[in-house]
Amino acid sequence: MNAHALLTRLRGQLPLLVTAVLLVSMFSVGSVQYDGFFSGQVVLNLLIDNAFLLVVAVGMTFVVLTGGIDLSVGAVVALSTMVSAWLVEQHGWPPLLVIPLVLLMGTAGGWLMGWIIHVFEIQPFIVTLAGMFLARGLCYTISVESISITDPQYTATAQTRIPLGDLFVSPSALIALLVVAAGFVVLHYTRFGRNVYALGGSEQSALLMGLPVQRTKTTVYAISGFCSALGGVLLTFYMLSGYGLHAVGLELDAIAAVVIGGTLLTGGSGYLLGTLLGVLVLGLIQTVISFQGTLSSWWTRIVIGALLFVFIVLQRLITARRR
Amino acid sequence: MRQQPVLEVRGIRKEFPGVVALDGVDFRLFPGEVHALMGENGAGKSTLIKVLTGVHPSDGGEVELAGEPVRIAGPLQAQRAGISTVYQEVNLCPNLSVAENIFIGREPRRFGLIDWAAMRRRAAERVRGIDLDIDVSAPLNSYSIAVQQLVAIVRAVDVSAKVLILDEPTSSLDRDEVRQLFAVMRRLRDQGVAILFVSHFLDQVYEICDRMTVLRNGRLEGEYLTGELNQVELVSRMIGAELAGLDQLGGGKRRERTAPTGKAFLQADRLTRRGAVEPYDLDIRPGEVIGLAGLLGSGRTEAARLLFGADQSDGGTLRIEGAVTALRSPRDAIAHGIAFCSENRKTEGLVGELTVRENIVLALQASRGWTRPLSRTAQDAYALRWIRALDIRPGHPEALVRNLSGGNQQKVLLARWLITDPKLLILDEPTRGIDIGAKAEIQKLVANLAEDGMAVLFISAELEEVLRLSHRIGVLRDHRMVAQLDNDGELTPERVLATIASGADQ
Repeated sequence: MNAHALLTRLRGQLPLLVTAVLLVSMFSVGSVQYDGFFSGQVVLNLLIDNAFLLVVAVGMTFVVLTGGIDLSVGAVVALSTMVSAWLVEQHGWPPLLVIPLVLLMGTAGGWLMGWIIHVFEIQPFIVTLAGMFLARGLCYTISVESISITDPQYTATAQTRIPLGDLFVSPSALIALLVVAAGFVVLHYTRFGRNVYALGGSEQSALLMGLPVQRTKTTVYAISGFCSALGGVLLTFYMLSGYGLHAVGLELDAIAAVVIGGTLLTGGSGYLLGTLLGVLVLGLIQTVISFQGTLSSWWTRIVIGALLFVFIVLQRLITARRR
Repeated sequence: MRQQPVLEVRGIRKEFPGVVALDGVDFRLFPGEVHALMGENGAGKSTLIKVLTGVHPSDGGEVELAGEPVRIAGPLQAQRAGISTVYQEVNLCPNLSVAENIFIGREPRRFGLIDWAAMRRRAAERVRGIDLDIDVSAPLNSYSIAVQQLVAIVRAVDVSAKVLILDEPTSSLDRDEVRQLFAVMRRLRDQGVAILFVSHFLDQVYEICDRMTVLRNGRLEGEYLTGELNQVELVSRMIGAELAGLDQLGGGKRRERTAPTGKAFLQADRLTRRGAVEPYDLDIRPGEVIGLAGLLGSGRTEAARLLFGADQSDGGTLRIEGAVTALRSPRDAIAHGIAFCSENRKTEGLVGELTVRENIVLALQASRGWTRPLSRTAQDAYALRWIRALDIRPGHPEALVRNLSGGNQQKVLLARWLITDPKLLILDEPTRGIDIGAKAEIQKLVANLAEDGMAVLFISAELEEVLRLSHRIGVLRDHRMVAQLDNDGELTPERVLATIASGADQ
């Protein structure tokens, strides 16, 4: 391998590397500063508290890799919690029927948005913005109030803790990790996954190389819809309620996690592992601030904002250098 | 001696709104040959390729592959049928590795998952097969355009090895890279691949091609063996003027002209812009008409745009009235007394929804600045004066420009620039698409303006016109000014044509 090619390849990994270094250094600083910070459970709590965000961010990664964006994810999460709570509590449907139904609903909604984006050649931004309003609005046709969930299966799942030696995780955290693993295999070891990258590299080329552009595009939005609905299901386990104001602004957290994880917003470059690191960074900021104790929780937003600025400028520098 | 053609199209037709891009074109491609598709810009080359590759559906005609009639509905189907294309812009995914670009959509799999090791191994074999030594796991954008193009060829041949279409593959390659590409093409040809080669570099066509098909204005001009047709004949087929016919045109009345002497108004010294025009020298004196001749797409317009600041030069110097000047924008050029009538009078010049009067005073008003508006009386006076001077019809200042004929629109555009009293007038195809009478009037006007001391740069595809008007003619070919010929009364269209064809003054 010549040095130039090696350098180009390293440069592609640079954002991921930066995120990893950031995560480790934040954790180290926290450990030095605060008592009880340096423990495996703090790490596992990151996963437990952010499982739904992680799942949603995985779907978002697929979309962003094609060069698109999905603003509807937060609203779809809210709608999923609402529909679940409504069917289980007010209609007495069994959770084992409700959960697949909600997943199907999210997938179909995402697929429809992808179809509209491709067939009518409309900006993903505006189509998913419409989807966002629609899903958020639908929540309130069910109820303007929060519906709390008392179903025994839900409460049992919410309280389940799976021991790992002295430590423990929740089922939601395991599901989220499973989704990351599945997403990784799909992106790197299936033709569909490589088509996602190709589409993000150059849609025109993908078309001329005879790749199934339409199918790929609709599928990534369907995956994002599925992940949002699954995120919603995990959130019902976490909150034990359905509410139209759940997950407000979650789409922006998901996009932030994807970007901090090193995926280029222009598409075609990035890793699912980066998204995992990105979610952990966001979670860690919250943890540090809660350990600190005196700072208001709004500092989380301020730090995330600052980090995003740094990362998008970093991305810009990397892509500019490449040309 | 030849076997059955691998690809044969008969009577292919393609219309776009308002234009017939292909009008009953026949075309044959035999296995084991390199075939050139020749024609000026707009002759229908790209459209034919897009029909063959399924990007555009055809509106009529038949396509046969190896004797079997086929309908090509899309790029994927064309690939399956054995027609692969490498476009001028490399159409691969720069973010993926070389190996993936070769195999994407057809990745080797084991247990349903992509077998990366096998893919890299096979990609390395294919790449070595054309004597290319690169790391196939590196991203494509870490290599030069030339290498990317070769990778595109590897993919194309590997997908389907029957017909390979190369659309302007050499336009961004240097000499060594072209040699490497030609070696690969010869190797593939010897393996029996039929290669369709599109290039506007005539020398390259003669170096690599066995046969050629010439298109003109969407029609088939003819199919020739490369050895049968020399470059001069080829060029006259492409622009559609028989040599004998040109003789007659050249014999027509010519204006007496005495080339003005004196200080140059504008001097270009090794002026260049990468990818647009190679370094060229040009002096234009007041009262002088300089013609620019060459095929469409040879760099005539590009050369002129540098003199108007419409594009920035990236090398060489420009002197205006002796002082070195950098034109950063058309505004700068206008301030120096340079006017430019572009060839797209509809899209780049006139505002169809405005009246003749408003169009005429537009440039003058712009140069005064909007804070000092021209009074309506002044506007009317200007409009009437120029309507009369140029005989614009209908002679009503309040007529909407879009309702005027092409020739009269051109006159309005000229009036707009003349009103600003320019010292250098650049005319890019001022007579294209207008009738004979209006053409003659515009030619007369140009000659009169020059006699009154204006410097004129006159660009036209019609040799006759250029010869009739110009004191000197700059000949462009492949984005290079290959010669400047004095129009001393003995200059013939043949000699200009020969210069365009051979790339040197003979």
